[in-house]
Amino acid sequence: MVAAWRERLANMHSRLEWSLILVIAGAVLVLVPILNLGPPPQSPLRISDHLVPLFGKFLCLALLALALDLIWGYAGILSLGHTVFFALGGYALGMYLMRSIGDAGVYRSALPDFMVFLDWKELPWTWRGFDRFWFAALMALVVPGALALAFGFFAFRSRSRGVYFSIITQALTYALMLLMFRNDTGFGGNNGLTDFKRILGFSLHEETTKVALYVASGLALLLGYLVCRFVVTSRLGRVLVAIRDREERVRFLGYSPLRFKLFVWTLSAVLAGLAGALYVPQVGIINPSELHPSAGIEIAIWVAVGGRGTLIGAIVGALIVNGAKSVLTAAYPEYWLYFLGALFVIVTRYFPRGLLVSAVGWLTAGFSSGKRWLALRRGMAR
Amino acid sequence: MTTSPMLWVDDVTVSFEGYKALDHLTLLFEPGELRCIIGPNGAGKTTMMDVITGKTRPDSGRVVFTREQIDLTELSEEAISALGIGRKFQRPTIFDELTVRENLELAGSDGRGVGNTLFAPLSAGRRDAIDQALETIGLVEERRRRAGLLAHGQKQWLELGMLLVQDPKVLLVDEPVAGMTHEEIARTAELLDSLKGERTVVVVEHDMEFIRTIAHKVTVLHEGRVLAEGPMDQVQSNPAVIEVYLGA
Amino acid sequence: MRRPLLTLVAVFLTSAALGDEGTLADLVNRLGQSDSATVAAAVTTLAERSEPAALEVLVALEERRLRVAQGGRVLVEKSDGSFVDPIGGGAIKPEGALATPTIDNGIRRALTPALARCRLRSTSVDERRAAAAVLAKGPPADLVPFLRERLGAETDGRVRSGLAVALAHGDLASPDPALRLAAVKAIDDAGAVALEGRLVAMRTSEADAAVRAAADTTLRGLERRVQVTRVIRDLAYGLSQGSILLLVAIGLAITFGLMGVINMAHGEMLMLGAYTTYVVQGWFTRFLPGAWGWYLVAAVPAAFVVCLAAGMLLERLVIRHLYGRPLETLLATWGLSLIIIQSVRLGFSAQNVSVANPPWLSGGWELVDGVVLPYTRIATIAFAAVVVLFVRLILRRTALGLQVRAITQNRAMAANLGVPTGRVDMLTFGLGSAIAGLGGVALSQVGNVGPELGQLYIVDSFMVVVVGGVGKIIGTVLTAFGLGIVNKVLEPLTGSVLGKIFVLAAIILFIQRRPQGLFSPQGRASEA
Repeated sequence: MVAAWRERLANMHSRLEWSLILVIAGAVLVLVPILNLGPPPQSPLRISDHLVPLFGKFLCLALLALALDLIWGYAGILSLGHTVFFALGGYALGMYLMRSIGDAGVYRSALPDFMVFLDWKELPWTWRGFDRFWFAALMALVVPGALALAFGFFAFRSRSRGVYFSIITQALTYALMLLMFRNDTGFGGNNGLTDFKRILGFSLHEETTKVALYVASGLALLLGYLVCRFVVTSRLGRVLVAIRDREERVRFLGYSPLRFKLFVWTLSAVLAGLAGALYVPQVGIINPSELHPSAGIEIAIWVAVGGRGTLIGAIVGALIVNGAKSVLTAAYPEYWLYFLGALFVIVTRYFPRGLLVSAVGWLTAGFSSGKRWLALRRGMAR
Repeated sequence: MTTSPMLWVDDVTVSFEGYKALDHLTLLFEPGELRCIIGPNGAGKTTMMDVITGKTRPDSGRVVFTREQIDLTELSEEAISALGIGRKFQRPTIFDELTVRENLELAGSDGRGVGNTLFAPLSAGRRDAIDQALETIGLVEERRRRAGLLAHGQKQWLELGMLLVQDPKVLLVDEPVAGMTHEEIARTAELLDSLKGERTVVVVEHDMEFIRTIAHKVTVLHEGRVLAEGPMDQVQSNPAVIEVYLGA
Repeated sequence: MRRPLLTLVAVFLTSAALGDEGTLADLVNRLGQSDSATVAAAVTTLAERSEPAALEVLVALEERRLRVAQGGRVLVEKSDGSFVDPIGGGAIKPEGALATPTIDNGIRRALTPALARCRLRSTSVDERRAAAAVLAKGPPADLVPFLRERLGAETDGRVRSGLAVALAHGDLASPDPALRLAAVKAIDDAGAVALEGRLVAMRTSEADAAVRAAADTTLRGLERRVQVTRVIRDLAYGLSQGSILLLVAIGLAITFGLMGVINMAHGEMLMLGAYTTYVVQGWFTRFLPGAWGWYLVAAVPAAFVVCLAAGMLLERLVIRHLYGRPLETLLATWGLSLIIIQSVRLGFSAQNVSVANPPWLSGGWELVDGVVLPYTRIATIAFAAVVVLFVRLILRRTALGLQVRAITQNRAMAANLGVPTGRVDMLTFGLGSAIAGLGGVALSQVGNVGPELGQLYIVDSFMVVVVGGVGKIIGTVLTAFGLGIVNKVLEPLTGSVLGKIFVLAAIILFIQRRPQGLFSPQGRASEA
């Protein structure tokens, strides 16, 4: 039993790789908080307060990208509406945060401010239970998962494929966005949910809370990564690759593509929901603009930039693009969209395997031997 | 011989938009036999295989898998495959991105379910079967190589191996030697020959040389019906067959 | 004995004529006086005159085209800026400053009935009809006897109908049940929806049973009319929205269906077409103000060319290199759309720009009281129909069309036969984009023009392509119109947001049942 698990762990990563993961995780999860909470305010070593939630946000987005890579890079399913699951997770936690404001809001009422504003007298049934953290956290995972299960079942069963599927996911996210925009739906309308104050009793404005959320995001990303790695290195992962390349053939071999696709699709949705749930308290707001179709497409570019089908690539890609976004929208706001657009075009045209993979190929051992190395790697199993 | 037939294609008709691919076709396959199906293009050979494996539903007739007395036309492709009827396609349809061994694992593993493939390792028995298959098809050296990089003939064998590893009772092999070199053809003939007896092997081919090396009984299809059946020499000298292949 | 009488009559008449001539000019000049009462009196008196000049002057006064010269003389300014003598119409060169007489409420109170009286006595039937129609909306009380008199004297049916309705406004409250009944009948005959409210009140307040019954029947008839016209209008709106959707979707069906290319920047072609129209409008405003109304006609080829070029450029620089990889094409074209939108934002403005309707498209067709179908909407439908025929013609009758169809069905073979696939690809893509550009021209007339215009249509147009199937144009046509109509019809029932959601959900479910759309694709575009 232990031997089997040890074998699985060895399958996932070599010793060297595991050590690397440990080091990086240490830096992210331990070093950063220390450098934020430890040094005095003026010290050059200090990581400033506003950077912590920003990094935390990046980690959540990286988890989202990971979720997409799982289904796109390995199962070949390009979902352009993954923000649906992200937002559902986010809204779930947002509802908890709204309720935990209690009567400290503008209107000093037990009801969230926006409901008072709309002249509602009581809490809608959809909000029941969200005053408890565990319930909200559970919903943040279950609701996206359930939606994914239902949607995936119908979509995969009808064998809608490729581009058609991607367009349908866009329609789904668009529909949800429209739904959320309405005040009647009861989730804050176009203003969304915001003005959060506390989580689990801790003030959201405290530095320690922010650090805790950051660490939680890091742990979620680590966990998500390990789960995904486990899946793709297992036989299931290989079935997925087979389904991606030749679905009909896999059917002949006695596998039900529907079940496998549904599994990763749902897993992916749950991870996205988790990412959303951790994102919202750090960003302080969730509104329907998160569901805009363009947001869903952007995730694909993060994955493509990093290199799809590598998991690590998705994480790196998300970090690079979002980091660039933070820097550029502050410095050259008008040009950010040019950069993003150009990135889309250049990466898909010239670096279809992803910037990261190409860069790694070139850097290791020089250009020509790098090419040989790549070819060898591609020819042999990992 | 009183053994019941392994597979019985019973009066099957298939038409596509007015064109009759199979016309009241009836065939019997004995257990353990190695049968060759030949016929000009459009005779219905591939369609026949499609019907047996469940890819195409016949307009009328049935296909009886006699050991279990099951009518295959009522089953799904996956169910038919699970019963032990395997098919090797004309063009190799192996999975290029996976290694040779992984291809075989895919075909030869016990569990086909999500939980199984996620958690359960291959049982020792299955592992052995896969190693065996590797030997039979002669790809032991290449087992860690990406399947897409194999030579054409090797790909064909891999595909055959994937079939073998599922331990099928009936093997339907569609043009196994298309595009092969002479040596590869010879190897393939040996391979197929070694399979009969334990399994029923049905081979569809065009290459007459190859057929002559392996066949005992040959069936000629024409326009969706059986034109002639018997040992190779007999069939080859049948005037109707000659006309159909060469004639007006 | 008769002779002196005749002479007397002759003298009287001539002096009356001469005298009239004199008093008419007098009256006119009195309009320029500062004393409002004098002006009002002059207006009323002018109304009794039968000279056509009297009406013209009153109209000019109402339209604020009367000017008073320094000597007190009253002139009329024409629309081209020249001045004429109100009586006779001779051109005048005014010296010195001109004042515009103010119209206060007193004058206005006199002016409205005065104009009505004049117009109803006009020899022109159209003039009378127009006046009667206006009065039918509710006449001033003091005109009622005059109207009754005119009703008796009037011969034209439509004028009579208008007058009858005008009278009905008062008669509905008349103590005489016969008059009330007549009023209800008049409303019924004319289908005057404006008085519906009064009839509804009558259901409860009316004492006379016969009148009540008549009111009831009339009401039902009126409601039916309104319903029908509303349905027609909704249908027309739906068709018009559908036409624009159609123009966008056809371009997409061509590039996706025939080439397997998913172009997320397609919506931006629509936007570029609309902005081209804006630019052309600007040119006409600056350089050809006289022919301004024709800017729209010039915009059509302009938008076509601009978007054709844009599309071909896109194909050559980006699409071509991603052939066979639809998901990558999707992402790359999305990036291009971001670039295009941002360029427009920076080049023009992030806000909407205004494109005005040319005069020949302004206004609409009044189907029934209050239900107006704008001419612009009708025009978009017609325009779309023409473009669709044009596309069909190209695909079926020209060499290019044949080549496109050949490439769709078997690219390799077509290339072997000498079809220049690269060039045809480029032209086809350009054509698809150009058609979307034409859609933009149409859109500029009925909707807002802003940088994110294309984004609004992208989801819908993909729906059309996915549902309609990419095989035949008819699928695209039916689906686009269908979608436009369904959207419009659902709007009042569910609100536009829920309506949209319904449609999307329905489409998602439809695709489950029939993944290849209404009409199956002929090419290899359906597989990823």
